[in-house]
Amino acid sequence: MLLIPCPHCGPRPETEFVYGGDARVKRPDPENSTDEQWTSYIYARDNPKGQHQELWLHNAGCHLWLIVERDTVSHAIGSVRAVREGQQ
Amino acid sequence: MVRERYSFLALAKHALTGHKNWQPAIRHPEPKSNYDVIVIGGGGHGLATAYYLAKLHGINKVALLERGWIGGGNTGRNTTIVRSNYLLEENANFYEHSLKLWEGLSSDLNFNVMFSQRSVINTCHTPAELEGTMRRYNAMRLNGIDAEFLTAAELKRRVPSINLGQDGSLRWPILAALSQPRGGVARHDAVAWGFARGADALGVDIIQNCEVTGFRRAADGRVIGVETNRGPIAASKVGVAVAGHSGHVMAMAGITLPIESHLLQAFVSEPVKPFLDVVISTGALHFYISQTDKGEVLLGGGLDGYNSYGQRGTIPNIQEVTSAATEMFPNISRLKWMRQWAGIMDMTMDGSPIIGKTPIPGLFFDGGWCYGGFKAIPGSGWCFAHTIANGEPHPLNASFTLERFGRSAVIDEKGAGPFPKAH
Repeated sequence: MLLIPCPHCGPRPETEFVYGGDARVKRPDPENSTDEQWTSYIYARDNPKGQHQELWLHNAGCHLWLIVERDTVSHAIGSVRAVREGQQ
Repeated sequence: MVRERYSFLALAKHALTGHKNWQPAIRHPEPKSNYDVIVIGGGGHGLATAYYLAKLHGINKVALLERGWIGGGNTGRNTTIVRSNYLLEENANFYEHSLKLWEGLSSDLNFNVMFSQRSVINTCHTPAELEGTMRRYNAMRLNGIDAEFLTAAELKRRVPSINLGQDGSLRWPILAALSQPRGGVARHDAVAWGFARGADALGVDIIQNCEVTGFRRAADGRVIGVETNRGPIAASKVGVAVAGHSGHVMAMAGITLPIESHLLQAFVSEPVKPFLDVVISTGALHFYISQTDKGEVLLGGGLDGYNSYGQRGTIPNIQEVTSAATEMFPNISRLKWMRQWAGIMDMTMDGSPIIGKTPIPGLFFDGGWCYGGFKAIPGSGWCFAHTIANGEPHPLNASFTLERFGRSAVIDEKGAGPFPKAH
């Protein structure tokens, strides 16, 4: 069981959250991008063995989208911050 | 070395000498400096690939490199289900080919893989699921694959201990079920050992405790071998079959895959007398159940839900699967879980595997098996060996390319979009 320290609600169990996947995937500029960039955005994932920046929605809590740094081997959680407009 | 065949006569002969003189099943050779083909990954897929390369394509100078021990990853961590009950033609043809190989595997390998064709049954719990499953039944029959549609009453006759839930005890009562009678289960370790023994007898060097740390490339970019913790090994063709760690290994070649690694758990109860002689799976409640030859009740469910290489599951999924299973099988509610484990799944973005060439000449890839790798072992090895030997895919795996994602030619059984959750 992950205990995710929500910056708004405090530490809460993983069952309150919805996983949103890799937080570093960037949507390409629709006006100015190639097919390869879209393919990469939709499908390709770095899938690291180790530190992973990932999105979590605190669905049963404050409804903030969070960027959680978590180790994919030990599951240890590092920094947690809210996604703010313009920051992602 | 002449390989002694396993038989009743051999068993009787060795019984006379106290079973002290059996040949080792495989050799433990030191790696040579160069081979025709290197296969990375000593799970079922890699071992089957090496076996079929030697047996069907006459390529015997093969090294199979395994970081740990053979069959120690997902091959030994699954729920051993074998089936070919797919909707889409690409999947149906591929998995049916694999199922046909399973049917002759024990005799082909001279190793009992304990393949038991006891029926794989999917239950339907909503009108929408019923229609979707009926469509899949029709697709299976059109593809020449065995299938039977069972009414709830027929299912109850076949599986007396099941709770249909029509008295209100299931939130979504069972309406009907789809059965594939030729589906079933097999002994997972035996599959790895059988392919290993078969490959070794044909000259394949199976090298355990040998971790690949990088790819060796020529000036023009093609692969000419690998770096390992036991020194460099040269080969003009390298096949990667390391599902679970595909992203990790392919990153060494600079290739980013449409794959995320996720945990899938399974659990077994204490052993009890036989009461369940089929495999049951339910998409609505999301678990699958069978009883092992040892009598344990074996259960699996959905993914834990977030990227992980941890090989151990977390509690919420155990609770979810257990609560669903005890609703449908109330008679297991007082059993104790005996063991629990998790495997690392290569979850692709369309739920279908990748077997084929890569953008790098000489480098071939087999992975992305999602939940379904175990049943695919013989078919995957067969197709991957063909692809490596000929440099081009077989028609059976021609659609399972890495490039399909860029062309939006995905093989998406669920039609559910680019999420690494399907299977």
